[in-house]
Order: sequence, then C-alpha cells, then structure tokens
Amino acid sequence: MNLTLNIWRQKNNVDKGGFREYKVSDISKDMSFLEMLDVLNEQLAEKGEDPVHFDHDCREGICGMCSLYINGKPHGPLQTTTCQLHMRSFKDGETITIEPWRAKAFPVMKDLVVDRSAFDRIIQAGGYVSVNTGGVPDANEIPIPKRIADEAFDAATCIGCGACVAACKNASAMLFTSAKVSQLAMLPQGQVERKERAEKMIAQMDAEGFGACTNTGACEAECPKGISITNIARMNREYFSAVVSSENV
Amino acid sequence: MILDSKIPEGPLAEKWSRHKFNIKLVNPANKRKYDVIVVGTGLAGASAAASLAELGYNVKAFCFQDSPRRAHSIAAQGGINAAKNYQNDGDSVYRLFYDTIKGGDYRAREANVYRLAEVSVNIIDQCVAQGVPFAREYGGLLANRSFGGAQVSRTFYARGQTGQQLLLGAYSALSRQVANGKVKLYPRTEMMDVVVVDGKASGIVTRNLITGAIESHSAHAVLLCTGGYGNVFFLSTNAMGSNVTAAWRAHKRGALMANPCFTQIHPTCIPVSGDHQSKLTLMSESLRNDGRVWVPATKEISEKLRKGEITANDIKEEDRDYFLERKYPSFGNLVPRDVASRNAKYVCDEGRGVNETGEAVFLDFRDAIKRDTEELIRAKYGNLFDMYQQITGENPYKVPMKIYPAVHYTMGGLWVDYNLMTNIPGLYALGEANFSDHGANRLGASALMQGLADGYFVIPYTVGDYLAQTPYAKIDTDHPEFQKAEQEVKDRISKLLDIPGEKTVDYFHKRLGKIMWDYCGMARTEEGLKKAKSMIKELKTEFWSNVNVLGGNEELNQSLEKAHRVADFLELGELMIDDALNRNESCGGHFREEYQTPEGEALRDDENFAYVSAWQYVGEDEEEVLHKEPLVFENVKLTQRSYK
Amino acid sequence: MSWVSKTLNSTLGRKLMMALTGLFLIIFLLGHVSGNTLLFKNDGGEAFNIYAKFMTTNPAVKILSYLTYISVIAHVVYSIILTKYNKSARPVAYANSKASTNSSWNSRNMGILGTIILIFLAVHLQGFWYKMHWGDMPVVSYGGEQYKDLYTIVNFAFQSELLVALYVVAMGFLGLHLSHGFQSAFQTLGLNHVKYSPAIQKLGLAFSIIVPALFASMPIYIYFINMN
Repeated sequence: MNLTLNIWRQKNNVDKGGFREYKVSDISKDMSFLEMLDVLNEQLAEKGEDPVHFDHDCREGICGMCSLYINGKPHGPLQTTTCQLHMRSFKDGETITIEPWRAKAFPVMKDLVVDRSAFDRIIQAGGYVSVNTGGVPDANEIPIPKRIADEAFDAATCIGCGACVAACKNASAMLFTSAKVSQLAMLPQGQVERKERAEKMIAQMDAEGFGACTNTGACEAECPKGISITNIARMNREYFSAVVSSENV
Repeated sequence: MILDSKIPEGPLAEKWSRHKFNIKLVNPANKRKYDVIVVGTGLAGASAAASLAELGYNVKAFCFQDSPRRAHSIAAQGGINAAKNYQNDGDSVYRLFYDTIKGGDYRAREANVYRLAEVSVNIIDQCVAQGVPFAREYGGLLANRSFGGAQVSRTFYARGQTGQQLLLGAYSALSRQVANGKVKLYPRTEMMDVVVVDGKASGIVTRNLITGAIESHSAHAVLLCTGGYGNVFFLSTNAMGSNVTAAWRAHKRGALMANPCFTQIHPTCIPVSGDHQSKLTLMSESLRNDGRVWVPATKEISEKLRKGEITANDIKEEDRDYFLERKYPSFGNLVPRDVASRNAKYVCDEGRGVNETGEAVFLDFRDAIKRDTEELIRAKYGNLFDMYQQITGENPYKVPMKIYPAVHYTMGGLWVDYNLMTNIPGLYALGEANFSDHGANRLGASALMQGLADGYFVIPYTVGDYLAQTPYAKIDTDHPEFQKAEQEVKDRISKLLDIPGEKTVDYFHKRLGKIMWDYCGMARTEEGLKKAKSMIKELKTEFWSNVNVLGGNEELNQSLEKAHRVADFLELGELMIDDALNRNESCGGHFREEYQTPEGEALRDDENFAYVSAWQYVGEDEEEVLHKEPLVFENVKLTQRSYK
Repeated sequence: MSWVSKTLNSTLGRKLMMALTGLFLIIFLLGHVSGNTLLFKNDGGEAFNIYAKFMTTNPAVKILSYLTYISVIAHVVYSIILTKYNKSARPVAYANSKASTNSSWNSRNMGILGTIILIFLAVHLQGFWYKMHWGDMPVVSYGGEQYKDLYTIVNFAFQSELLVALYVVAMGFLGLHLSHGFQSAFQTLGLNHVKYSPAIQKLGLAFSIIVPALFASMPIYIYFINMN
C-alpha cells in the first residue's frame, strides 16, 4: 500500500507545532500501525530528519503507552489500541491524519507524545486499598461472589491510555477515574476507604483540569478495553452518597 | 574472587525463618534516615519501593516509561503460582519448590527456590487485600488453573491479564506511598550508571528523557528491578523499551553477570509475519490447557498447506501429529516451555511447519470447543483469542491458531547472594534482573511469583540487614565519583551523537538480533557460537563508526535512547555467547546440539557444570573472567528430567 | 469553602444540578402537557380557562411555579458554567474528528439545543405567560365566576402559520434535547442498574417523542379548527 500521512509535529511543549505531510510506500497490510510509523521513521532517519516521536512500549495492547488520534478517532478506526491496529484496516492511497491526544491535562511534550501524569496523580489521590505489606488475612477468608469479582475485574482492566479523555468532547477523565473507584467500591477490600476515595479522586480529577461528563458515551465506544459507562454512574452514586454522609466538612 | 552466596545454615525449610531472625534490623525511628533508590517499577520494583516506603525508608523510584504502571510486568498473561493447595490436589511448599528446581533443570539454588515457594502463599493474600480481582469460583473462593511443568493446579489468574492486575496492585501501593511523600517518583528517567564509592553502591546517574538533563542521585542502597534482556534478540515478547542498560552498567562497574546464556524461548507466540515485524506477541501458556499442538504427519501435507491448496480443517485426524501428546503422554501439551519449544523447532526443521515461512505449528481448540462449547472457551480465553484475531486477521474459533517459539524471558541476570545483593555491597537486583530462582528454565506463572516475592517479602528484610550496618551519612552527589560518572555519561552521549554514520540504530539492532537468534537461540553449537562471536565483534565496531543518531541530547530523543540500549546489547550479546560456549552441556533453555540424549532431550553434565557461571567485566575489549558458584543439592536428587 | 459549595462547584456537583433541575423540568413538562390537552376539549375553552386560572392562583402551584423558574435559571446558568469549563479542558481542538462514530449528535450538542429551546421559551412566555400574569386580557365568565380568557389568546395566536411553524420546530428540538437529557439525568444521578436502565432508556425515548409531539399537535390542531 501507499499512504499519505498528515502528522502533527511539535518540537517541545512550548513550540506551536503544525501538521506535516509524509508519504510512505510498500506498506504491508500485516504491519501494525506503529510498524508503519517505524518504516516512516527509518525513512526519515536515513534522510537525516528527526523521526516522529510517539509513545509505545509493549505493543501488545496492555501497557497503555501508545496513543495517537488517527483519522479523527483515538487509536484509529477499531476499538483497540494503536499498537494492535493493523494496516489491513486502511485502504491503499488513503490519507491518514495523526494527532496527539488533545486535553489541557495532557500537554504535548513532543510530536505525538503527551504527558499523562495527571492519571497517576488521580490514582495517588486514593486509587488504592491502604494495606501495608504483610499481616493481611488469608486470600480465601472473604468469599467474593463471582459476578462481583468479574465486574470488578472488568473495571480493573483499564490500561490508563487516555483514549477516553481523547474521545470525550469535554476531555473528561470520568471513565478512567470511575473504573478505579468502581473496582474498589465493589470489592469487600475497598469498603473501608470507600467514601474517602471517591471524594479525593474526584477532587484530584477536577484539579487536573479534565472536563465534566455529558454522558455522550464516546469514551465507552472508544475504550480499547471496553470499560462501561455504568462505572461512571456508580462513581457518581459513590460520590454523592460520600459527600452527604462523610464527615469531611 | 570468592562468591559467597550467604545461604543460611540449617534445614531447607528453616533457612529463611532462621535468617530473618539472625539478620540485623533498623530501628523504626531510624529508617527515615536511610534513602533507597529503586530502578524500575515493574512487579519487583513497585512492590519493593512500596514496601520499603511503608517501613519508613525514603525511596526514590525511577522508570523510563511515562508512568510506573506501564512496566512490562503488565503484559504477563497466564497467572501466578502459589503453594496454597486450595484445590486439595496434593500441592505443598515443598512440591512447588521441587517443581521449580526440576523445571529449572537443576541449575538454581535450592535455598532461594525454597524461600520463593514459601512466600508464594503470602503474595496471594497480599494481592487480594489490595483489591486484585483474581478469578473466582461460584462459591466466591479463588479459582486455579494448571500450567506447564506441574501436575497440580496452583496458578491464580485474572483472565488473561494476571500481570496487569498484579502490577496495578503494586502500582496502587506505590501510588499510596507517593501520596504519603515517602516515595519520590521519577518517570521518563533512565538510569545511565551506578556510582560506586569505596566499593559500595552509593547512587545512580540518570538522564531525564524529556529534557536530556543528566542528574545524580545518591542513596544508601540501590535496587535494580529492571527486568530482563530478551530484546538482545531484537524480536521478543518484551516491550520495545525493555533493555539491559541498568544491569549492564552495573556489570561494568563490577557486578557479576550470572548465567547470561539462559534464555527462555516461549513456545506459544504468534509467528513472524514479515521483515517489518517489531515485536512478537505471546499467546498465554494457559492456552495449552485446552489447545492441542499439532502439525501434519507428513511433509507433503504441510507443503500443500503452505501453498494454500488445503486448509487446516481439511486435514484428517489420522494425518495430524499431536507431537507433544505422542512424545510426552503424561504431561502432553503441558510440558515445560523449553521442551515444547524445542519440539516445535524439530517438526518445523523436518519441513512440517504450517505457514508460509514454514516456522509455525498449530494450536487447535477444535476439540475443546466441541467438548466445552465455544462460550466456555470464550469465557476462559476470550481476550487472547481477540488479540490473536486482531494481529493475524484469522478467527481462532474456526481455524487453529498458528504459533511458534519466541524469546520471552531471561533466566540469567545479575549475580546475587541469598539477600539479593550483588557482589557490590549496597547494590541489589530483584525480579527478572537477577539470576537467582529459575535455573536454566523458568516454569510458567513463576516470573510474577518471583518478582513479587523479591519485592514484597524478601528485600524489606534483607536490605535492612545491610542498612543497619551502614552509617546515616550519605555520600554527597558532589563527590568526585559522582562527577566522574556524570562526565562519563555525557561523554558517551556526545560520542554517540558525533558518530558521522549512515545506518539507523534499528539496523544494528536487527542484525544483532538475527545473529543471536540463529546461533544462540533454541539450539546452539560450538561452531555456530564461535562464528557468532566474531560477527558480533565486527558488528560492534561497525556500530561505533557507522551509526547515525539524530537530534541532540537536550530534548526528547528516542533515537538516542535506543542507541544507548543497543550499544549495551551488543556487549551483552558477546557475553551470552561466551557463556553458552563455556557451558558444554544442555540444560533447560540452553540446548547445545553436541549434548543431547538419543531421544533429543537436553543432556546435562552435573559433574562438570552444576555451577552458576558468574562473569566479571575487566575492561573494554577484554575477555570477561568466569567465576563459578557451585550448586549444592542437599534435598533433591538430580535426575534426567522426564515429562514422558 | 463549605462542603456544600465545594460539592456544587465540583464537576460532579454541577452535573448533579443539571440532572436535578432537568428532571424537575421534565416533571413540569409532564404537568404542562397534560393540563394543556384541555385545549383539545371541544367546549369553547371553558375547561382550559378554568385550569389556567387554577394554575395561576393556587398557592401550591405557585410554589411549584417558582421552583420551575429557579430550575430553568439554574439549568441555564450551570450549563453555561459547564460549557465554558468543558471548552477550557481542550484548548487545542482536533483538526480531524469523527465524533459521529462514537456518540449521537444531540448528546454532543445539548448546549445548542438548549439555547434554541431557551429562545423559544422567551417567545412562548412573552406570548402567553406574561400576558396571563400582567397583560391586558379578555375576560369570560362561567357560572358567575370571572376568568381570564387565555383560550382566545391561544386561538388567536395560532392562526399565524409562522408561530405554528416555530412551535412545531421548537418541539422537534425539545425532543432531541430530551432524548439525551432524560436518560442522561439518571446516569448522572448514578441511577444505573441492569434491570431498570433499559426501561428508563425506553421511557426516556417515549417521553421525548410523545410529549413534544403532543405539544406540537396543539398549535396545529388550533390552526386547523380555526381554518374550518
């Protein structure tokens, strides 16, 4: 296949940046999208041009490091991560526009690389069970109904890639935050800090500058792990019941 | 040099308890006077950083990824072993110990492995308490599955994403300590060197991957939790960023590298589809619980298959060779990884491979679907099947998967004693970065176990023993050794950037990978290894004169990052070959064609090679010096491994 | 900041206000539409005028009407705050965005729909509500009691094709607004359940079709009866 790539280039986080057009040829449909970009970068490097910088690591759809807004959609046309997107999803001769995630809370560092440390800070605000290593009860001491464990697992599969923020018209991080709040709200181990957690994580989410939720469902539709917006409803419930009943005045 | 493994006295089952009692403690109020650096935030690093911070030490945690949650432990699929015996099927700490020693083809330390089995049960408790959603039975208790190399069900799992769930558990504990101010996090920061002052590890030099700033960090102890070096093969199941740099720099500062040639080739990976391939994707070993491995019985049928004249489903039952079930009736498809991989290679070498390249075998779920329904198979492996379909474009519910072995894990690593300390005092290595527990072959679901055992339950004790004997005063980063190390890092960067070369870093990496795979992969020969050694030497020279590293230092520069890593891989590759050449026997993942039984199984030489090879770096372009730590087996009897 | 103002200033608190006021307005619409069906009663407007008087004089209804005013104002004010806030969360827009592939048009354009409805509301209130309260109104008497003759005003107004068209089009927009807003309010309140959510969604869809359709049929009905 031959393709035209329209890629956002930006030197660093203060540079204004802009689109540049590149051509790549002889792309195999079995290549992953990132391998196609590797081809472009080899091409650029041979010409002595700075390669296009993009985040990627595991290339098997689980680390959440890869991003890219491809042809108007986060992670491209399929509901998967960019590293799992293959060129068979594109047509010969197509023009592909590649942009970084766009959100105030995800500043662009270079080209297509953004800073997602805001997500880490949301987790640091309360996305954990406060147990120290050692001295915990036997793993089978508290039975957890399979349905609940499975549902908690579904929420826990979030890879923190930020596609939900990228997809949302408000750059809201509700799906990300709610996945963690939900996981721990459902499990017995999460009960002790349940209220505190919801209040703190949402306060941090707001402090990072993510937008509010308009319930468009775009996040769920684009989430490579298929995290459901029922988690958002659950988080809202958790939050409202926490603020009215907690003792944090 | 005498290698003191510091294995405690006493009977095997009491060693760890006795040791815990005998080692020195740091008073709770004094712990805040000690700083510990943790490099890497995978299972070992995150769990160690969190646990040490909980105890009161000041921790600095470094990772090259943009978040600690992205460390490659996240990609582990199948599960984590623990001797809980929840299934009432005869498991015990001793059995897990025995299986692991045997699985490792008797090239691991008994005491370390026993301790690993002992603390395995605590790991599961810890993870459940953190809110890790393991798979459960309808009654609400934890579920288990079987894994290769064991005849009990002791593997805990969270669908096909166990590594992810465990890492997120450790990451959450780490995040909590970041919030508490006990851990300072340095993401997008790469360790460039270890600083050794008066023979003790005193800190590290790092490069900020965004700004290029070279910085020094001093501490009382340094923990390297930086994973394995499978990417020396270019194509592996490791993440693109996985590298040997931290371990290698430590090695060049005097830390010994142990058993570097012990590489695990995982049997169930998606085969290479072309030259463009940047990495290989694993299909969890758990698939071998239900999938049956086969190739056509004859070369002729395979040829038809490759030409596309027939499809897998056209091949009649009697024309299928379920070669693992045939050769190993008692373990069948669940033989250990090295055995499964080697047999896949044999049948493909015979011309019975099933894809265009001839390097693939089938992993077929037809019978499992018939037996258990598609729905049940989907519930067990749905995400893996989806992944397979996305990558290959084929539907594994309808046609058998094609798989082929690929580099997956490195059992070798920095030499450590029982306390996980390298031969440099104050420098520790945890998880895949050390060599200690898996011998010559790692059993499935044991990597997660080891990473977390080291981080949660071993290092919090053993690092205290060292710190208790260390003065509070810390070496300042103004110390000349820090200055010197920083300057060396800067010089090396300038040197890389200044090479007026023409070839990209990947060009060299791919060539290195090919040499390693061809000559130091699944099967090795003396002749091939010697040839590979000279090829690597040439490649290294060419790299340092003809590589083209673009951009500058003071910016986000992915070419420069890669160049550093590949430069280290080139040196490591040579050492791996030295190690493979030295080991004139076959064991586990190290298969020397000269040493095999008449049935083609690995032929160990316990009389001459029951030792750990620990290599010492003595200088640029000089042959490394081999030190041997004899392996003493007091509890298990060394036998020819048999899975028949 | 007290916990109340802190909560109301959080993104979730603001959403809560949108949901609560929205739901209240949905209830209002239900009352409004059921009362107004009296327009279809072929009695020369008697039942409708009696109902109109009740609605403007009954003390309980008065309280409800003040709540409605507050809801409208709060719904508008919070939506402006949220829209501004949401815009600021993405300072650089995408050059190429295919939002239509992951979400419905109306869910993404509630602000625009709301603005149109607000403009309609101004016209609507000025035409009837303002007149009823403070305007110069014809009077009729039923059974010796005096009533403002809102029916005649309505009858007169909907002889204009333009106004009828405006009402019909506006109800279309209201329908779109409701079709997202109804279920969205439940989602925001966290009232999401495998058993009930599908029913809520169906109810919301039915509501967003039936209520605006009923409203729209009123001017059309009146237009046509006057034509004959």
